[in-house]
Amino acid sequence: MVVQDVVFWILSVMAVCAALGVVLVKDLFRAALLLIVVFMAVAGFFVLLSAEFLAVVQVLIYVGAIAILIIFAVMLTRDVQHGNLPNRLQIPAAVFASLLLAVLVTVAVDTKWDFLPSEQQERAELVQTSSVTTLSGDVLTDSGVTSPDDQAEVQGSGLADLLIGDYVLPFEVVSVLLLAALIGALALVRPDPGTGRG
Amino acid sequence: MSFEAFLIVAAILFCIGLFGALARRNVLVVLMSIELMFNAVNVTLVAMAKYLAPAALQDDISSVLTGQVFAVFIVTVAAAEIALGLGIVFAMYRTNESVDLTEATQLRH
Amino acid sequence: MITEALIWAIFLLPLGSFAFSALVVRPFFNRYSLVSGIVTIGALGTAFAFSIWTLRSVIVHHDLNFEPIEWLEVGGATIEMGLLIDPLTAIMLVVVTGVSLLVQSYSLGYMEGDKSFCRYYSYMSLFTAAMLGLVLASNIIQLYVFWELVGVSSYLLIGFWHERPAAAAAAKKAFIITRIGDVGFLIAILYLFAKADEFAAAGLNAFHIPDIWQAAQPEAALGAVLGGTALTWLALGIFAGAAGKSGQFPLHAWLPDAMEGPTPVSALIHAATMVAAGVFLVARFFPVFEHSADAMMVVALVGAFTAVFAATMGLVMNDIKRVMAYSTISQLGYMMAALGLGLYAPAIFHLVTHAAFKALLFLGAGSVNHATGTFDMRYMGGLRRVMPVTYVLVLMSGLSLVGIIPLAGFWSKDEILLGAWDGSSVLDTWVNRVTFSALLAGVIMTAFYTIRMIILTFHGEFRGGVETELMEKAQTVPAGAADHGGVHLHESPLVMVLPMVVLGIAAVALGYLANPQWDMGIPKHWITGFLADGLGAALGLEGHGEALEFSWWMALVSTGAALAGVLLALVIYLRRKGKGADPLEHAGPLHTLLAQKYYVDTLYEDVIVRKGFFKVIAGTLDWIDRNLVDGIVDLIGWFFRNIGSAIGKFQTGQVQAYATGIAFGILAIILALLLAQ
Repeated sequence: MVVQDVVFWILSVMAVCAALGVVLVKDLFRAALLLIVVFMAVAGFFVLLSAEFLAVVQVLIYVGAIAILIIFAVMLTRDVQHGNLPNRLQIPAAVFASLLLAVLVTVAVDTKWDFLPSEQQERAELVQTSSVTTLSGDVLTDSGVTSPDDQAEVQGSGLADLLIGDYVLPFEVVSVLLLAALIGALALVRPDPGTGRG
Repeated sequence: MSFEAFLIVAAILFCIGLFGALARRNVLVVLMSIELMFNAVNVTLVAMAKYLAPAALQDDISSVLTGQVFAVFIVTVAAAEIALGLGIVFAMYRTNESVDLTEATQLRH
Repeated sequence: MITEALIWAIFLLPLGSFAFSALVVRPFFNRYSLVSGIVTIGALGTAFAFSIWTLRSVIVHHDLNFEPIEWLEVGGATIEMGLLIDPLTAIMLVVVTGVSLLVQSYSLGYMEGDKSFCRYYSYMSLFTAAMLGLVLASNIIQLYVFWELVGVSSYLLIGFWHERPAAAAAAKKAFIITRIGDVGFLIAILYLFAKADEFAAAGLNAFHIPDIWQAAQPEAALGAVLGGTALTWLALGIFAGAAGKSGQFPLHAWLPDAMEGPTPVSALIHAATMVAAGVFLVARFFPVFEHSADAMMVVALVGAFTAVFAATMGLVMNDIKRVMAYSTISQLGYMMAALGLGLYAPAIFHLVTHAAFKALLFLGAGSVNHATGTFDMRYMGGLRRVMPVTYVLVLMSGLSLVGIIPLAGFWSKDEILLGAWDGSSVLDTWVNRVTFSALLAGVIMTAFYTIRMIILTFHGEFRGGVETELMEKAQTVPAGAADHGGVHLHESPLVMVLPMVVLGIAAVALGYLANPQWDMGIPKHWITGFLADGLGAALGLEGHGEALEFSWWMALVSTGAALAGVLLALVIYLRRKGKGADPLEHAGPLHTLLAQKYYVDTLYEDVIVRKGFFKVIAGTLDWIDRNLVDGIVDLIGWFFRNIGSAIGKFQTGQVQAYATGIAFGILAIILALLLAQ
């Protein structure tokens, strides 16, 4: 536990500092690089939260695709060095962000959360990691899942099962959304047929 | 490494992202800030999936994965958003010769 | 005995010919528009025959009672469509269909070649049908419907040549002025409606005309439903409507202007339909009037005043039709005065004889216009050599109008004068005296302007007709010139002369046929007794119309007065040679006053309409509209326009500013939710 706590605090400091850097650093390129640091830290959080699959996805999509795209965009536009200027709303935005933070922290601390019972934590962890691990019978037995029915249940309830099972409709909708977004992006950046510029 | 600690870190990330989205001129920084906010939300969702007991826990053990499913969808939506967002940035750059949001005021009164 | 269906046919035949002309001939067969004239004349001829038959049935059987058709029941009163056939109706039917028939035949010649020939006949049929419906009506609402229909068709006919601005204005004027009187009539009807429950309690129907008569009887078994001041106001309301239609002072101004219509229309309006409707209305409600001494006095005095007032204006007019128009107003004044004095039968008798000779005079004027192209007597003269038949006929009818013994006009006018002298029991003596003097003065003036008109038109040298008029006035188109352009001196065609001859016979002989003073095959005082009996029978009372004995003394006075007028006119106008100014112009300011119609038109148009209505009322409303109403609206608009630009300042186009606003909103909602817990 201690190791994990230390890792958590290191990741937290890293994430918060990098996030501040993204917002405040003047050099856009550096801001983009700091964004990658934030993404990596968040991936670390996911590992800590036994969501290994999401951690992998985070690295692949955010670091591998989104951050790179943003870096391309930064390179393709001007004012890379001194581009990150504040606008006139800095003070109200800061006030608002602080207020929201206060509210969120209050809520997080004050709320009486309905925690997962400790006897279920093992099984929940098994289920949550099942998307990236093949659960052998031994592991299940070690974790206290002994009856064949329970084992079958735990094995049959991975993330993939959910995505193409209970959540298949949103899954398909999101697929269409992605397609639409791709087409839209193509339409937006396409050269203007009238002027030929672009 | 308590649940509240995750929530607070996520809240800090979210508020930093919000501040960036509201107070920065450069549209790319705004997009990055939005990604920060997405990530903060994702951390919250996954932390909740890890620590909190879903109402359907007794019926179906897989309900502990709901938070992760939402996170997956958000990642997808974020990907779509960044694709379109960058498209808009390029279109805006083409017309305005700038990525400064304060200059993009064609729709004002 | 005539059946109910045939009496309805009297009304429906002209209505049918209207529908046929307007809906069939005009849209589809306008090339054969002569058909509409022939159909109209045929329909009216049949209606005339049925009217005679009705008259005969009424003479034999007195009252014909027919069950009315119930139409609507409104709060205790019943509106029905029915026939009220009494001697008054029967006589009016004969007069209306007879005069209308002759005028339509005359129009065949007069309107020949007019491009709106078919429209003319359809309007004329409608006009006649409306008047017949009015005469036949047994219900006051039914009567009112046809009353307004008469107004509408007169509007259409006066404005027949609507492309002429003067005609359009005259039509409008006639319509509006008669409408002012109709307001009074409408108020009277509404008052009756308000009393419907009391009527019902007495077993009467507030809209049924004979029931209204009964309600006004003070000696009725159930006690008078109508009485006292209310009765007077009711009678005066009805009289207001009648005064508007019959051109009584102060609502007379429309009638002379109505000359803008085709001349046969004037003949019909003046003789049988429009203006007779007013007199008919008062006669119809005579049993109501006679129980209110005040109302009777008003009717008598207004009638007497109008008789003199209009006659004075007739003295100086140069337009032949205007002379006759004022003459008509004056004669209608006689009838009203007679009704006011309680001389019910003589008034209707005068209406009948007047219908004959005035229709003839107008048709004569139309003939003259046919020949000379103008109506201005200053450009006529000497026509007796060219148009001998017309001359003789106009002379006869003119003398009938003057009241020369033994022509028809003499007998009817004599009865009125005699009655005025004898006085009625209802009114004060001074009213009788004033009325009598006014009427006698009217006789002198009538004689003068009639003879003046005949001399100016038919005697002396011809003064050039419309061509000279155009040259002298150098104006575009004088009134009436568009009827028949150009001077073409000739006797009118037979189709025009024949109806005039028939009317001429009536104008001469009607006095004997209708009301012989001595027994000559027809009973003595036939029409007077007939009408009075009818009235008495309807009320179940005796004592209406002890016929006045013919008095040689009164005949002498009235003939003397008439001859005095005639002689004066002869002396003044026969001595005059050539053109020269009208001798009456030597009267100076008096002549101007008369020629300007006592400035009544000026008063109405300039003072009341322009200054009073336009400036004061319309001006005030305009000011309120401009400043108050528009001001408020402008203020609202101004407010939002400026608010808008102020709010517009917030719409900077800065996406992040909007987002900040949204963010603060979300924060507020979150806080509110938290605090609510």
